Amino acid sequence: MSHYALTIHQAQEKLRAREVSAVELSQAVLNRIQDTDQHLHSYLTVCAEEALAQAETADRTLANGVTPPPLCGIPIALKDVILAQGVRSTAGSKILEHFVSPYDATVTQHLKEAGAVIIGKVNCDEFAMGSSNENSAFAPCRNPWDTDRVPGGSSGGSAACVAADQTCAALGTDTGGSIRLPAAFCGIVGLKPTYGRVSRFGVVAYASSLDQVGPCTKDVRDCALLLEVIAGYDPRDSTSVNRPTPSYTAHLERGVSGLRIGIPQEYFIEGMQPEVETAVRDAIAHLSTLGAEIVPISLPHTEYAIASYYIIAMAEASSNLARYDGVRYGYRAAEVEDLGALYQTTRAQGFGSEVKRRIALGTYVLSAGYYDAYYVKAQKVRTLIRQDFLSAFEACDIIATPVAPTTAFRLGEKLADPLTMYLSDIFTIAVNLAGLPGLSVPCGFDQHGLPIGLQLIGRPFDEEALLQAGYAYEQDHDWRARKPPL
Amino acid sequence: MPYESVIGLEVHAQLLTESKIFCGCSTRFGAAPNQHTCPVCLGLPGVLPVLNKKVVDFALRAALATHCTIAPTSRWARKNYFYPDLPKGYQISMYELPIAEHGHVEVAALRPDSGQAQGQAKKVCLTRIHMEEDAGKSIHDAEAGASLVDLNRTGVPLLEIVSEPDIRSAAEAGHYLRSLRTLLQYIEVCDGNMEEGSLRCDANVSIRPQGNAELGTRTEIKNLNSFRAVEKAIEHEIQRQSEVVEAGGRVVQETRLWDADREVTRPMRSKEFAHDYRYFPDPDLLPLVVDQAWVEHVQADLPELPAARRARFIHDYGLPVYDAEVLTARKDVADYFEASVRACPAVPKVVSNWVMDSVLRFVKEEKLDAALKIETWPCSPEHLGMLIGLIQDGTISTTIAKTIYEEMRQTGHPPEEIIEAKGLRQVSDTDTLQAAITEVLTANPDKVEAYRGGREKLLGFFVGQVMRATQGKANPQMVNTLLRQQLSQ
Repeated sequence: MSHYALTIHQAQEKLRAREVSAVELSQAVLNRIQDTDQHLHSYLTVCAEEALAQAETADRTLANGVTPPPLCGIPIALKDVILAQGVRSTAGSKILEHFVSPYDATVTQHLKEAGAVIIGKVNCDEFAMGSSNENSAFAPCRNPWDTDRVPGGSSGGSAACVAADQTCAALGTDTGGSIRLPAAFCGIVGLKPTYGRVSRFGVVAYASSLDQVGPCTKDVRDCALLLEVIAGYDPRDSTSVNRPTPSYTAHLERGVSGLRIGIPQEYFIEGMQPEVETAVRDAIAHLSTLGAEIVPISLPHTEYAIASYYIIAMAEASSNLARYDGVRYGYRAAEVEDLGALYQTTRAQGFGSEVKRRIALGTYVLSAGYYDAYYVKAQKVRTLIRQDFLSAFEACDIIATPVAPTTAFRLGEKLADPLTMYLSDIFTIAVNLAGLPGLSVPCGFDQHGLPIGLQLIGRPFDEEALLQAGYAYEQDHDWRARKPPL
Repeated sequence: MPYESVIGLEVHAQLLTESKIFCGCSTRFGAAPNQHTCPVCLGLPGVLPVLNKKVVDFALRAALATHCTIAPTSRWARKNYFYPDLPKGYQISMYELPIAEHGHVEVAALRPDSGQAQGQAKKVCLTRIHMEEDAGKSIHDAEAGASLVDLNRTGVPLLEIVSEPDIRSAAEAGHYLRSLRTLLQYIEVCDGNMEEGSLRCDANVSIRPQGNAELGTRTEIKNLNSFRAVEKAIEHEIQRQSEVVEAGGRVVQETRLWDADREVTRPMRSKEFAHDYRYFPDPDLLPLVVDQAWVEHVQADLPELPAARRARFIHDYGLPVYDAEVLTARKDVADYFEASVRACPAVPKVVSNWVMDSVLRFVKEEKLDAALKIETWPCSPEHLGMLIGLIQDGTISTTIAKTIYEEMRQTGHPPEEIIEAKGLRQVSDTDTLQAAITEVLTANPDKVEAYRGGREKLLGFFVGQVMRATQGKANPQMVNTLLRQQLSQ
């Protein structure tokens, strides 16, 4: 097995046994990127030099004989909305094309403290707005299983680079499904943690009340491992929650015996790809054979999730993106007459069309006279959606659903119709509105060889149950043995 | 038709916290441009605000001192607008749920600065108090073809204090503002310096026919950066509105700018204010929860407020009402007075006279009243108390004391030291005084004759001569007594 194909835990063993050096591992990954990325465009910035220097440091630590930190020498890629000091961070936008961050995000700091090698910054939809990665201002990232298809979005680069073995693991962000959807489309494991579990400090904001950083990994164990490193209270993020982080890896093998799994009727809808439904139902049936109890549940307000999500997310985005004004950093339009023109031209030229659409809609829903009808009502719906989940969790411990109604679609297929595109997130969005953890685990392939994802949703701060169930399922299936044809 | 004017003020008070409201940067004034900045107050991508608890303490102080109802839960909101000195493109403020509401300010009967009467004491009700972050500073005329932006002030905490339309004249607006300033200085949350912008004021002004309950259309006046500007601008605006209505026109609801040079208000260009601020709750900050324990903690820490202190000065020190009002109008003055009295507890009224006459006069002349800290004043209150004590025990005369005070003010030395160094101790020794008197009488036989002939007014002349002969050090009471004795022999 080539070094670049290693999972985090496999690489940990080999590094600690000195079967491979951190420099060799990083070099293998860099070569893999070099060899494959012209087909994928996963990476926006490859930090070759810095990565090799970090790998050398890791090798010295590993040579010391003492127990190395958990990610010592392990290459990790960051979605380009996650800041790393001294590294270009574009957020997939032209307006930040040359922006070099003067500081580390808290998650980046955690990774560095854990000894990780930051291998590069990966592609995403501009400001994490999109479900296909086609909204990247640079080049759309492609699906490693079929490069005519999208990897899903917005963390398309994070999922694609993991699926294509261009890193051991990556971090993504998930606002309405942005980790889980690409994880499902690319056949990897992706987790959106509970809102408040992971710090948002140093993560370019899209919709502050929904954004959450999470792991994109080759298997569930890696996911648990990476979450352990990045989770935890951060005094610099007032919305992060001050409660201890459990050891997610310690009880990974607990199994699902006695676990009650809720199946919401609203998540198996007409018009979804039959192979997706079959694969998900098979996965649920398998969990049942492992001792889980299957419970039918209902989440009655599901149909309002997309509408309220887009109102809330766009409202917050319209305000969050006001700072990109050409005054202090980032792109600035040249040759403008006055201040008004500076703002208008900078933003007209600097932002892509989907970002502008969301800023416009967000501005509209917050405007005098519309605020109550849209924003306030959407917040009420959001409360109802959360209540749906919390009452469902009285009857079950976790909830199982498909991640998306279809497998990966073709580039350009949905680009002309934003509404159809927004429907890709129909099964993931409610989880963000409710602030719950959601895990995407591969559960099969369709007739075109495209991966299918199973979504497991948990109680607030109960990532453990999701990881245990995901791990139990994964142990009996060798989906990850299949590799994309690159 | 007689009109009544209806005025409400919106006051912004910069809080005296050491660090900014949502980051750790210093709030100190006067640093080189953009020195006190960090990724958070620069609005870089990815940053998040973290509330400085001290700001809430200060807001609670102000809320308690103005008898507000404190909200157990209040909420931060974003006020969205574009301007180069507003890095995030929004200001974090409070909107639907402010921290405090329904308070009032007691407007004192005397002007705190001059002690002059300012009319009836009255209550002005407060609609609300909330916290927010300040914006930076734009400098438009320093460099041709460019505007400069200094973000040191970005994120400095502000209190916005909004009054009800309870004010009925320009003068009353000034009185309210002065009383509010005194209060904020008392509780040490704001230095109250209008010229430096640490206290800012916008006025809402309307007029209505006398006796009408309905409010007229109001205008908002901005750019009021002195007490004089507040009073002048409101006066002008009332006049302007009356003329509009008298001429059969209607007052337009608009924002107007005070032009201090031309002493007129003029409408702001629509571009300058036409905002829909699109307020919404800030998702980066949790709702602010203030429990009873927090309120009680701040309450326990609250200094004695002006009204209570005034009453105590009258009761404990036996001061006249006037003295008590002047001394308590400013906390620093009241503190100074009390420290002086501690050094000379026997005669509080004399101390009061000295503080009002000498100290306040110098403080005013040398424009030290901007500094809230008593340490920077010319002579320490302990030294002043000692000086007054030395008059009381006859060591020096009041006249000499004035000279010594001047010296103390300039050098900061204690009075005893100056007296010793300059030999200013009062001469109360009978033999020395007798000798001096004999000398004076011998030198002026004709005047002695005249005195004895009935021109008793000449006593003053003899006293003056004796004081001169002793370089002013002679004990004046003794000189009087001994002179009368010798002249009647």
